[in-house]
Amino acid sequence: MSFLTVQKIHHTYFTKDTSATALSDISLAVEEGEFVSILGPSGCGKTTLLSIISSLLPPTQGTVLLENKPISTAKNDIGYMLQQDYLLPWKTIEENILLGLKLSKQLNEKTKLAALSLLKQIGLTGVEKQLPKQLSGGMRQRVALVRTLATEPKLLMLDEPFSALDYQTKLKLEDLVSQTLDEFGKTAILVTHDIGEAIAMSDRVFLFSPRPGRLHKTFHIPEELRKVPPFEARNHELYSSIFQTIWKELESLDQRNE
Amino acid sequence: MIRETNKVDLLHKNYLQSLKVEKRWVRFYQGIIFLLFFSSWEISSQNRWIDPLIFSSPSKIWNLLIAKMQDGSLVTNLGVTLTETVFGFILGTLLGTILAAILWWSPMISKILDPYLVILNAMPKVALGPILIVAMGPGYPSIIAMGAIISIIITTIVVYTSFKEVDPNYVKVLQTFGATRFQCFKEAIMPASFPTIISTLKVNVGLSWVGVIVGEFLVSSKGLGYMIIYGFQVFNFTLVFLSLLVIAVFATIMYQLVELLEKKLIKE
Ligand SMILES: Nc1ncnc2c1ncn2[C@@H]1O[C@H](COP(=O)(O)OP(=O)(O)OP(=O)(O)O)[C@@H](O)[C@H]1O
Ligand SMILES: [Mg+2]
Repeated sequence: MSFLTVQKIHHTYFTKDTSATALSDISLAVEEGEFVSILGPSGCGKTTLLSIISSLLPPTQGTVLLENKPISTAKNDIGYMLQQDYLLPWKTIEENILLGLKLSKQLNEKTKLAALSLLKQIGLTGVEKQLPKQLSGGMRQRVALVRTLATEPKLLMLDEPFSALDYQTKLKLEDLVSQTLDEFGKTAILVTHDIGEAIAMSDRVFLFSPRPGRLHKTFHIPEELRKVPPFEARNHELYSSIFQTIWKELESLDQRNE
Repeated sequence: MIRETNKVDLLHKNYLQSLKVEKRWVRFYQGIIFLLFFSSWEISSQNRWIDPLIFSSPSKIWNLLIAKMQDGSLVTNLGVTLTETVFGFILGTLLGTILAAILWWSPMISKILDPYLVILNAMPKVALGPILIVAMGPGYPSIIAMGAIISIIITTIVVYTSFKEVDPNYVKVLQTFGATRFQCFKEAIMPASFPTIISTLKVNVGLSWVGVIVGEFLVSSKGLGYMIIYGFQVFNFTLVFLSLLVIAVFATIMYQLVELLEKKLIKE
């Protein structure tokens, strides 16, 4: 059995006068230590799937297993970084990054120091006592990333974590996140709109098609790219051919919908 | 470079100076209004332009104040009313907030109670006074209850509305860390609603005074409300005005204290 198994997930959102099917028949498996990306046009149910895996949202059908156990029993093993940072505005940056530890009763000197040093590694120094509104959008996103990483989840889910960053910072962070996850052998699911990012960071890429959200195709990234850090992967000779393949597939999705 | 910073410093100094001057003028005019009001009151009363029996005069009120201070009755009555108001205020705000929390906790309860809250809110609470006094006896408890009851429902409604309006994504963030419903309340709902709770505190200060004074009118045995009713009955309007002024002073002090609390709690 795989580390994470998603079995036959269907999800329909109901409102008073409409029902919208966001996901249809999604089955996939992620191995321990693997890094996968979910790629797809806006509205194809990526955020919905992450919400279901993190058990924030009960699916209308299907099950999700983490290490063969239903996810509802494994809340603290899953870290989920939402699409927006949602730092609590009345708490300082330090209080914000320690929030997860505090809620799951893991807060002690050691975990606190680890979280604070993570903040430094990610390029934020001297902001501990500031309030979120004093930080720029990109800085806030990095704080949110630290907040998620601080609880050391076994499975990390990132919903477009780098979207508010400038290109340079984004490349640096990709390397940092990738390196941190490798070190601890963490499993991760990354949602992104950026084909390059998906290729450079992951072992496999799931391409989703919209209306309703389906798993359209899975791409395996070759060993050569997986070994090297994201920055080098972007310069690798194999990179552009894979980019082309995925790009064409995305184009065909667009055409199908017209 | 140095000249540049000096210039900025100078401008800043000028700016501060102009703020200071403005503040001084405001204080000056406030003082003028105060003096004008009381001196014209005194003069019109002395010259019988207004009926001194009804409108009294500042000097008479001052003399009565001294007399009532010396025989200790003012302090006693003030003490009674202040105690009742403070308790009524705290009780009203606290119970209102707790009720709001219960409504937030259980959407079912809140849906069921919704029409009743509307009715209770629309009802003039002071009209309950006679019933409270008969039920709880003519003493502190019924008057404190008056001070509280007048603000409970409106506090519940306002605070509950603000609980509901807290961005659900903050709760979502906490839930990604496996937070319980109580933790969500404590870490997100409550702090996000602090500004609203503080502003209801300010409204409740005024409401509690109304409740308590009306309660004392009805019970008629002690307190500033009693002094007003008594002054009215024996046609001693100096006593009525004295009580009014004392109420004005202490209600203002309470309001200022709440503002101080606001500044402490909401760090900018
Ligand atoms: N709470 C909701 N109620 C009703 N419909 C919803 C809700 N959330 C999402 N949807 C619908 O479900 C579909 C999938 O939404 P989702 O947020 O999962 O997309 P996404 O792939 O994350 O998009 P994006 O890339 O823009 O973030 C969309 O069509 C959206 O309109
Ligand atoms: Mg999304």
